[in-house]
Amino acid sequence: MIDIKHLHVNYRGKPALQDVTVHLGSGFTAIIGPSGAGKSTLMRSINGLVPITDGDVLLEGHSIGKPGSAALRAQQRHMGMVFQQFNLVRRLSALDNVLLGCLGRQPQLLGALGLAPKADRAFAMHLLDRVGLAEHAWKRADQLSGGQQQRVGIARALAQQPRVILADEPISALDPKSSEQVMHILRSIHEDDGLTVIANLHFLDTVRQYATRVVALKAGQLVFDTTPDALTRELTRELYDHDPPAVQGAEPPVSVNQLASA
Amino acid sequence: MLPTRTVNVQPPPEVRRRTTLQMISWALILLVIGLSFQGTEVNLKTLYDGLGNSWRYIFGDPTRPQSGFFPPDFGKGGVYLEQMLLTVKMAVLGTVGAIILALPLGFLAARNTAPNAFVYQITRRLLDVLRGLNEFVLALIFVAAVGLGPFPGILALVFHTAGILGKLFAEGIEDIDEGQVEAVKATGARPLQVLGRGVWPQITAHVLSMSMYRFESNVRAATVLGLVGAGGIGFYITEAIRGFDTRAACAILIIILATVFLLDFLSAKLRERLT
Ligand SMILES: Nc1ncnc2c1ncn2[C@@H]1O[C@H](COP(=O)(O)OP(=O)(O)OP(=O)(O)O)[C@@H](O)[C@H]1O
Ligand SMILES: [Mg+2]
Repeated sequence: MIDIKHLHVNYRGKPALQDVTVHLGSGFTAIIGPSGAGKSTLMRSINGLVPITDGDVLLEGHSIGKPGSAALRAQQRHMGMVFQQFNLVRRLSALDNVLLGCLGRQPQLLGALGLAPKADRAFAMHLLDRVGLAEHAWKRADQLSGGQQQRVGIARALAQQPRVILADEPISALDPKSSEQVMHILRSIHEDDGLTVIANLHFLDTVRQYATRVVALKAGQLVFDTTPDALTRELTRELYDHDPPAVQGAEPPVSVNQLASA
Repeated sequence: MLPTRTVNVQPPPEVRRRTTLQMISWALILLVIGLSFQGTEVNLKTLYDGLGNSWRYIFGDPTRPQSGFFPPDFGKGGVYLEQMLLTVKMAVLGTVGAIILALPLGFLAARNTAPNAFVYQITRRLLDVLRGLNEFVLALIFVAAVGLGPFPGILALVFHTAGILGKLFAEGIEDIDEGQVEAVKATGARPLQVLGRGVWPQITAHVLSMSMYRFESNVRAATVLGLVGAGGIGFYITEAIRGFDTRAACAILIIILATVFLLDFLSAKLRERLT
């Protein structure tokens, strides 16, 4: 379904992904790795939100389109994206947010004015019901809890009638109970609807509980590709290192005396 | 026992640099204020001597009957009210026209929605020019172009206000949360749809609030546009004052103040509800 071949992504010349080759088929794939490993970058290059520096991302055999191209937009419609910070349009209602997922199928002008056809409204309502939020349909997005917002986010992704759901740390900003609800919905999307789910996940327990496959990235490179059962202590230790620094990029502590004499 | 340590109390060089810069800025500000006294004939004594004259002008000279502003003469109140209404209409149309111009300009003048740096720069400079041309100056130009009356006044308000609103809208657009926009983009929505559903809902409150705010100041501006023949109640003030009909002028000023207070109050209430 998604073929990533020798993918390189640089940000202003600095490599974030180097020579990543992986095939992502059906199932629930978890992408893991330490902070800065390139997980988000991988996800965003799959649906064209960041430009590819070298290599290729193929969707059912077709290269992902250039940013801003109609070809890319057509491909993006098949990929629903779920964000860590939900990224709902805060001043729109939950229902209107779900309807955003239908924009790709609507005439440009009507969509821009927010005039969704009846059938789309009914479909969006049905999706809100599926994520347990039908009674909140008319509430403004910024009046929902984090967990509710993320479920609206998933409904929005499903409204695209996608083949793939890309979820970038979908539960990192949520409490345990909301996380569980969100993960259950993601599992149902994969098990009941047969969609491919790809999710960046932080906690290995979650990975073991929900994923059918684990792809690990470190420093922009693919380090292993295995099943959740095969996630041994040794593997994860090597991935996350023994004692990660308390503060990212912090220099070793300098004594006060050193400062005074400087 | 706590270990004794030497603690560095010297601010780091970048902090010291900042402090020096701040002191230089203050010195420059004081210098500008000082130099501004040169040639502007500011003199407290003149002001003091003038107080008596002002008093007699406003409250009447006992030696001259019918002088002074009080009591106000509402004899032609009907005409004044009609002219005040016309003035408000000018402000309404001036503001609406400005919004229509300023919206597209705002998108072109915001870093995150401008198609490229060139368009961004050109639009920003155009807005600077529009903003820089005072309503009065524009009104004089438009009176010369289309003749006397409210229409040139409205045109003046449209262009000057478009410069202001264009910049304010652009700033609002630059402040939006890109994450929300990206989420709409990621659905495969087309550019107009991204603008309409991802950007617009985020700026509506700002656009309405800024427009109301400019409407308030356009009512005030419109009351004086008549001074240059660009329509509205301003013409009647000049006429009354020139004809020494100061009591009528007083009536007009009262009508203007009441209208401005009322509209400011209503508009502020409306703006409150928007945020
Ligand atoms: N927009 C950007 N501009 C410049 N550098 C970036 C940008 N986005 C990411 N990077 C860099 O690319 C590298 C990979 O970032 P990425 O966000 O993909 O990591 P991640 O694995 O998702 O990390 P996290 O777990 O913290 O979300 C990092 O070094 C990061 O600093
Ligand atoms: Mg990330």
